[in-house]
Amino acid sequence: MEIPKIIGGGLVVIGAGIGIGRIGGSALEAMARQPELTGKIQTVMLIAAALIEGIGFAALFAL
Amino acid sequence: MKVKTLFLTLSLFFAINSFAEETHSNTEGERNVRSEYSDFKNHHLLDNHSFKLFKYETEEKTKYVSFPLPIILWDNGIQMFLSSKFYFGKKEAEHNGNFYKLYHNKIYKTNELGVINYDENHKILNEKPLDFSITKNVVLILICLILMIVIFGKMAKSYKNNSLPSGLGRFLEPIVLYIRDDIARPNIGEKHYKKYMSFLLTVFFFIWFVNLFGLTPLGSNVTNNIAVTASLAVLTYIITTFTANKNYWGHIFWMPGVPGPMKIILAPIELLGTIIKPFSLMIRLYANMTAGHVVLMSILGLIFIFKNWIGGTLSFGLAFSLSLLELLVCVLQAYIFTMLSALYFGAAVEEHDHENH
Repeated sequence: MEIPKIIGGGLVVIGAGIGIGRIGGSALEAMARQPELTGKIQTVMLIAAALIEGIGFAALFAL
Repeated sequence: MKVKTLFLTLSLFFAINSFAEETHSNTEGERNVRSEYSDFKNHHLLDNHSFKLFKYETEEKTKYVSFPLPIILWDNGIQMFLSSKFYFGKKEAEHNGNFYKLYHNKIYKTNELGVINYDENHKILNEKPLDFSITKNVVLILICLILMIVIFGKMAKSYKNNSLPSGLGRFLEPIVLYIRDDIARPNIGEKHYKKYMSFLLTVFFFIWFVNLFGLTPLGSNVTNNIAVTASLAVLTYIITTFTANKNYWGHIFWMPGVPGPMKIILAPIELLGTIIKPFSLMIRLYANMTAGHVVLMSILGLIFIFKNWIGGTLSFGLAFSLSLLELLVCVLQAYIFTMLSALYFGAAVEEHDHENH
């Protein structure tokens, strides 16, 4: 029972990592295109990253 | 000057006690250092009944310098005594004819020999009195409280004479304005944001200060305690629930604009969502700060594993840069908690034009 749990937790963390990476990358692109919207994009980026991070931590705690 | 006097009185209030303990024999070598460091790391992450400052070794004994903290128990009336009676869990404490023992940071009632009884599943059978003690975390929260009252009280007073801030206010005013103009106003709305400002400012500065205390060598870790973050999240939940207007409840129990059967399926999911939101706030703050502390302590532990100059330099460099990152994480977590709280408050007071749906 231990091994599937650990693998599942690892998969969730990988998924969360990819998700946060994509958010950061897209935000960077958007900021490069429209530097005047940097503040707004940063706020939305942080909220989305925080929400995904929550799922990652939930997976770690379920282990 | 005031802050200095405050710390002085605090340290006078708790007389410094030094406790003695026999040294561990160092014959087992590296294994011993590793397990000792791992114990130290785990102890650092837990709440404690005494405020341990540092330890030093004399020829025969290891001495600890620490403040004893008051223990308050509810056991047929209030029982109050200082934690120095426990000698770091080495001895049982006697008070009013009752005997208590500190075992893995929890207090149990025992007989006069201090025996802990187990059942066959290795569960402790001893009675556990209700523990309201002033622990290390509580002391740090109180210090943070006094600090905030002094700083912000002074700041508020300085605005009475002129509109320009003075002293520390020059540094804190932009942050207060940022929370008002960039967190509260856009997320809650021009009409309602004022009544939530006090909570948002308090929670932001409380989390920030307490996290910064965690980076000092005091060994504090208030937000590493899930009870603290849980109570902060519960406050957000209570404020959201009690200030919500009828649109908020309408969107939970009878979502407008979706077909009939779907409304019945959505209602329990939305109701669960209201609890999951503060739950995720609690887990996020707790897990982020704990993870930061664990990584930092593990990197410092490299010194004891490598035991040469390469490991020491590596560990120092990594720990230094990670501490700088932690400074950022401290303020980021406070910001995210405030931001998401503001977002939930905004959802609770939002007003909809239902004719346009």
